[in-house]
Amino acid sequence: MTVTTDSVRSALEQAAPEQGAIESHLNPVGSFDVADHPVPTGREEIWRFSPLKRLRDLHGDAPFNRSTTSCTWNTPEGVRVEGVSGEEARGLRGISGWAPNTRFAARVLAEVPASLLVDVPADLEVAEPIVISLEGEDATNTEAGHVAMRFGAHSRAVVVINHEGSAAMAAVVEIVVGDGADVTVVSIQDWADDAVHLAHHQALVGRDATYKHAAISFGGDVVRMDANVTYDGPGGSAELLGLYFADAGQHIEHRLFADHNAPHTRSNVVYKGALQGEGAHTVWIGNVLIRKVAEGIETYEENRNLVLTDGCRADSVPNLEIETGEIEGAGHASTTARFDDEQLFYLQSRGVSEQEAQRLVVHGFFNDLIRKVGVPSIADRLLTTVEGELAKNVLKEIAQ
Amino acid sequence: MSKLVITDLHVTVDTEDGPKEILKGVTLTIKDGETHAIMGPNGSGKSTLAYSIAGHPKYTITGGSVTLDGQDVLSLSVDERARAGLFLAMQYPVEVPGVSVANFLRTAKAAIDGEAPKLRTWVKDVNGALEALNLDSSFSQRSVNEGFSGGEKKRHEIAQLELLDPKVAVLDETDSGLDIDALKIVSEGVNRFRAREGKGVLLITHYTRILRYIEPDHVHVFVDGKVAESGGKELADELEANGYDRYVKAATA
Repeated sequence: MTVTTDSVRSALEQAAPEQGAIESHLNPVGSFDVADHPVPTGREEIWRFSPLKRLRDLHGDAPFNRSTTSCTWNTPEGVRVEGVSGEEARGLRGISGWAPNTRFAARVLAEVPASLLVDVPADLEVAEPIVISLEGEDATNTEAGHVAMRFGAHSRAVVVINHEGSAAMAAVVEIVVGDGADVTVVSIQDWADDAVHLAHHQALVGRDATYKHAAISFGGDVVRMDANVTYDGPGGSAELLGLYFADAGQHIEHRLFADHNAPHTRSNVVYKGALQGEGAHTVWIGNVLIRKVAEGIETYEENRNLVLTDGCRADSVPNLEIETGEIEGAGHASTTARFDDEQLFYLQSRGVSEQEAQRLVVHGFFNDLIRKVGVPSIADRLLTTVEGELAKNVLKEIAQ
Repeated sequence: MSKLVITDLHVTVDTEDGPKEILKGVTLTIKDGETHAIMGPNGSGKSTLAYSIAGHPKYTITGGSVTLDGQDVLSLSVDERARAGLFLAMQYPVEVPGVSVANFLRTAKAAIDGEAPKLRTWVKDVNGALEALNLDSSFSQRSVNEGFSGGEKKRHEIAQLELLDPKVAVLDETDSGLDIDALKIVSEGVNRFRAREGKGVLLITHYTRILRYIEPDHVHVFVDGKVAESGGKELADELEANGYDRYVKAATA
């Protein structure tokens, strides 16, 4: 088990003079021009944790082939969900007010011919979740997708994106949360063992809007997701949640960036992960930038890792860049630990077997988070999946 | 039937300077229906005795035996001891975040009984036990020991005692940190347990205060890892008046 907990120091080291124009040292300036983004070598700050050799060149120049992943969805009344192409699709590129900071994201916006549009009109309260199901069939077929979600002012909606099966996919999801809207976007990565998923989720949170993003990663050979948020006015609130469970050989990487570019905005980040099996590797990078203009903001980020077996590696790096001291609060926490012997003893002293005690502790570890995700229709599924993950390894070992 | 027999128990704990002997030959028998109080100064090994009986991995048994109704307790795992009928009410109950009291109690009850409790009566039993200890029924939705006050933790321990219904209960300084009202509530819970057929209680305490509410059959003075003197409840009165000085001096002389 290795734990890195760098801090602002690593951020400062990146501040070479020629990068003076970059406002956040951790987040290279964006560009829509693919040529502005050289193929990563792995030495870059934002790529140094990722196993580039296993990415099927999605980070570089892998062809974006015709998709072999099926995509289905429901369309609750009043909501528009459909694939769009041509002029309409081009018009959706960059709607989150963001310019790509990686080659793959720039390529997705430039090269992918169609977009999946989720359009929720202003004032509409959508009762049932909008569920988009992606079912991959071929992990050798490199492909890419763009999703644009637009939530009108004062609308209310939940969108769940399910990823299953085998695929090698680069994806950009742009989310625009209108003023006063209340939006939850859940992305579940429940891929087959051979899948590779490189994703960037970028949200623009309107004035006084509430945005919740939950990244839930169980399956896949490599999953790397950047979940970023910026604000389109004061008073916006973002909650970035994550739950991941890495098995032997799996690489699961979650990178967050809360860019406080407006006053009185809030961000709250909670990511919890469990690791089991030889070579299980998780990475959590939590970047928060508080710009000069962002007075009165409040931010907190937290990452907790539970290491269930030997041979795992959890990297956890919270970074906080502060350009104004006129804020309500800013903090972060990171822990990586094994089972707490005292917890297990307490449960066992009540007659509960060691195996059952471990199961309870892991459930408890994730329960709070699942409650926070707050989508009842997927809560049971998440608990079941956690149970399944436990059965794969830890509980089996104990039973022997 | 419930008879706990502790014979010449020796226990060490690992320290930076190697193993250190804490229990130096404890011999004690708790017969059917008896309540024994163990009193002693800080550092005398009282809690070590409690945790050793329960099987905490921090302690190494180097000699002696513990049996419950003739069954060798020391060869059992922690959970097997609980299922055999031992219960330890802890001085510092441990937080288990995200696990509700209701889920915890049900899981423990199912483990102890070997079958899930009957839903209909169980909910009533849990609410009754909580109510008897002056705990609101919403208490069962809170995470185990998380954010509990000191008094709530101890009352929760006693609620477990009543619900899990062991043969022998070891209460490790259950009275510490309680105000007088909470002490009375907790004591009433212990007395309800004692009133059941054949229950044994080993009550470990630093203070005589709790013995006003829970009347012991036997009192043992515990000093330097073993029983220094045994007697009836009048021994507690003497300790109340004179403290532990006499025993501590004798042990260090």
